[in-house]
Amino acid sequence: MSTTPTETGSPKRRLGDLVFANLTRAAGLTILVTLAGVALFLTIQGIPGLTAGPADLKGHANFLGYVAPLVFGTLLAAVIALLIALPLAIGVALSVSHYAPRSVSIVIGYLVDLLAAVPSVVYGLWGIGFLGPRLVPVYQWLADHLGFIPFFSGPASNTGRTIMTASIVLAIMVLPIITAISREIFVQTPRLNEEAALALGATRWEMIRLAVLPYARSGIVSAAMLGLGRALGETMAVAMVLSASGIVTWDLISNTNPSTIAANIALTFADATGVQRNALIASGLVLFVITFAVNFGARSVVARYETGSPR
Amino acid sequence: MTDLATPPETHAHVPLRHPRLPSYAPWLVVGLAAAAAALVGLTLGWSLTGIVVLAMVLHVVGLTVWSRAVENARAATDRLVTSLVWVALTIALVPLVSLVLKVVTEGAAELNGRFLTWSMRNVVGEPGGIYHAIVGTLLITLAATVISVPVGLLSAIYLVEYGGQSRLAGWIRFLVDVMTGIPSIVAGLFAYALFSLIIGPGTQLGLGGGVALSLLMIPIVVRSAEEMLKLVPADLREASYALGVPKWRTIVKVVLPTAMAGIITGVTLAIARVIGETAPLLIICGSTDSVNFNLFNGQMASLPVFIYSSYTQPGTNPEILKGMAWGAALILIIIVMALNLIARLAGKFFAPKRGR
Amino acid sequence: MNRTALRRIAAPGAAALALGLALTACGAGNESGSTSGSGLSGTLKGAGSSAQEAAMDAWRAGFQKANSGVTVNYDPSGSGAGVEQFNAGAIDFAGSDAALDPTKGEVDAAKKRCGANALEVPDYVSPIAVVYNLDGVDKLNLSAKTVGEIFDGKITKWDDAAIKAENPDAKLPSTAITPVHRSDESGTTKNFTDYLAQAAEGGWPHPADKVWPISSGEAANGTSGVIAAVKSGAGSIGYADESQVGDLSVAAIKVGDAYVAPSADGAAKALEVSPVDDTRTKGDLAVKVDRTTTEAGAYPLMLTSYLIACPTYSGAKADLVKGLLKYIVSTQGQQDAAKNAGSAPLPSSLQQKAETIIDSISAK
Repeated sequence: MSTTPTETGSPKRRLGDLVFANLTRAAGLTILVTLAGVALFLTIQGIPGLTAGPADLKGHANFLGYVAPLVFGTLLAAVIALLIALPLAIGVALSVSHYAPRSVSIVIGYLVDLLAAVPSVVYGLWGIGFLGPRLVPVYQWLADHLGFIPFFSGPASNTGRTIMTASIVLAIMVLPIITAISREIFVQTPRLNEEAALALGATRWEMIRLAVLPYARSGIVSAAMLGLGRALGETMAVAMVLSASGIVTWDLISNTNPSTIAANIALTFADATGVQRNALIASGLVLFVITFAVNFGARSVVARYETGSPR
Repeated sequence: MTDLATPPETHAHVPLRHPRLPSYAPWLVVGLAAAAAALVGLTLGWSLTGIVVLAMVLHVVGLTVWSRAVENARAATDRLVTSLVWVALTIALVPLVSLVLKVVTEGAAELNGRFLTWSMRNVVGEPGGIYHAIVGTLLITLAATVISVPVGLLSAIYLVEYGGQSRLAGWIRFLVDVMTGIPSIVAGLFAYALFSLIIGPGTQLGLGGGVALSLLMIPIVVRSAEEMLKLVPADLREASYALGVPKWRTIVKVVLPTAMAGIITGVTLAIARVIGETAPLLIICGSTDSVNFNLFNGQMASLPVFIYSSYTQPGTNPEILKGMAWGAALILIIIVMALNLIARLAGKFFAPKRGR
Repeated sequence: MNRTALRRIAAPGAAALALGLALTACGAGNESGSTSGSGLSGTLKGAGSSAQEAAMDAWRAGFQKANSGVTVNYDPSGSGAGVEQFNAGAIDFAGSDAALDPTKGEVDAAKKRCGANALEVPDYVSPIAVVYNLDGVDKLNLSAKTVGEIFDGKITKWDDAAIKAENPDAKLPSTAITPVHRSDESGTTKNFTDYLAQAAEGGWPHPADKVWPISSGEAANGTSGVIAAVKSGAGSIGYADESQVGDLSVAAIKVGDAYVAPSADGAAKALEVSPVDDTRTKGDLAVKVDRTTTEAGAYPLMLTSYLIACPTYSGAKADLVKGLLKYIVSTQGQQDAAKNAGSAPLPSSLQQKAETIIDSISAK
């Protein structure tokens, strides 16, 4: 601890360095061990749930039958959220990177950060206390006029607590992450490519289409996947908004909705005991694997992209 | 970049063969569309949302058609996309404005001395306070910070100063990125499974919340600290080595102080990110009506869980508890925003003086 | 020696620590530090029925005021959860809207947890209201058969002939009915389905169960969730403990030839005419509710909540549990509940039996 800079006794110096270097390496390894620990502990506590019987699985014959509808609901909600958020996020990112004057784009950047900073439970509160009831007439209209589409077959929810509402809230929550990554990549577009396109007489949109978007394609894909990962695992907003029956249906606007893994855990964990909790933990492990795979894929794309970037 | 990205203005001075819309055209169409939508909406008795949606549609269609008529197809497409970009931005910001307005209007009515200094113990059928939840949130977050900062900071030092391009460093870097995507509820389940094995099934305690939150916090700390350490010029390190200072002392005395501003900013933002987490605390911390200062024993209330349970299970006096939930949400948002502000100020305050 | 780095880290660290200490130094404005009363101290953890949550709030407050060293936590997570957590040993006492079910092994599991037959006493009697949200209809009469068919999804419109026949004067719109049910395991669900199974004359083909048997309609978490869902959904109908109904419209159900609105007195009357289950062990005071009673003024769609506890606890916990339970069934406790939750005070015969059973709780 008290080696002074002027001291040149090499054994002592090496000792200090050795200790410090190993300390930092240990910290790095802790992270790997923790990540492995997450998988390990969830597996240990989840295994009894895999063999649970119908009494502990809300009447489902086995764990697979129990978790499959939840996986369906999780994917459905996340994918719809992504479909809503992605175009908006790209629009916002473009407005920051290529449309707005610098002063305006700084303000937009702050606002998007603000959107990211709002806690999920507050989004849930807003979703159930404000958004949901206001969507009821919209759902009624959709069921009346577009009922031939399976997604809107109805009967429309009279409370607004539908998977569609949950997806809209999720979309707002994943918007900042997709925006932030897309913006970063749009800004990195080589200036020469943009100038070349403009010099050839391209309009701004043609320049973006020819120079910016091709360059940013893989970045947008990974941004979308990271957004998907976030939406898959988001808990509270869905738990507070959704009327979760845990069935499998494509109807997005009715009272009876699929549930998601995360929301199901949050809603039923306190009620559950014994093997039921093991089953919930096992479903958490399934969620962990799904989000891990999505994030792994997204990060692989980013990693490949970063090595090729001019940064 | 922006100057390059606004060619129409540059071109406006150059006489072109094709006629162009005047530069005020988009704003004119915005005004016309808004006026038309307001007229239609008010006569048909629509809500504000309906009027705004109609105005947007009218604007996008109107400007494109006008451009198509006066300019050409390519310019029309350009105008269409420009309008769509701005519409996307507007749509994206509507929820934010609506959310902040709703929370502030609903929550401000709740704020008073009692709300901040009372707990819910022995409070029946009247508004109580959220002191127990504030205490719980601060303690749990403190625990998470105490766990995360040493691990995260040392890992970042390893990645930048020791690991370099080694395989281990590559894996850590990659898995830290993947770790940022762990669903918060999975972190809660992990802490629950961990303490179930250590202490006993069904254990709920504040420290578990700290562990769960640190799982979410560590990757953020690592990434921000790594970025900051990378920014420290190699010259500084080499100057220090040249004076015979050992590497570890160079890191502690030269590299860390130089990067400290950024690191503090990063840590504060990481705290802001996890302080509003609900799902893990719901599982591992439970909730209680009373103040609990002991992280190591007993259920502990926290602001997010209080918001959740008060709003979804308010019992016999739903109006009172739902109101309190909004108040608590306002407090939570204020805390998060304050942390974000502190992060920015800390970045300025702790920044190394130039030319020292 | 250059201490800049240390100082830089120390400054915010010290600030955070100071903040933490400042906060931890003082308790909440309504929590006094000194202990008063009986000298009991410690923490009790209970869970279970969300129907008796309001009453439990009053009981906890009353008991904690009398014994300021005591903290009682009650998690209204549902009767099913309460019983299971009790049997798993995770909590000290459970509140359940249904007596332990011997056919499901709950009695044996409780016996295993306690090392002897668990104690079970009724503590809370409350009518379950059939609540609905229908503009312009503030009075609704329904027979058990109609209620069963509505919740089973056989009657889907408010102007169905069956509903019209019972409400000739009401202006029933031709809108869809959205039945709201509990998404969690619940004693309210069990009592409601038990009532339908016994009294609905074929209108309800499912047996009594804590889990809602069909997956259609709106699902809501907890009694509060059902109330909130019905309140926000025009055309909804649900079932919930009467204490949390608030300003929602409540249907009157058919008993004998008359329609009876839910009331504490009606529920107490229904309990009075129901026999105690004599197949139970000595400390198990389960009542077999007669859902098909035709007694005038009785409201048989009610739930009887029970407190479940062990006959012995280790150390000081015995006195804590005993103290709390005694307070709950005492006249004072029952009045608190009536005031805060609108429940019916226990009939005095049951109350005396319950007190005798609670007195037998002892330390190991």
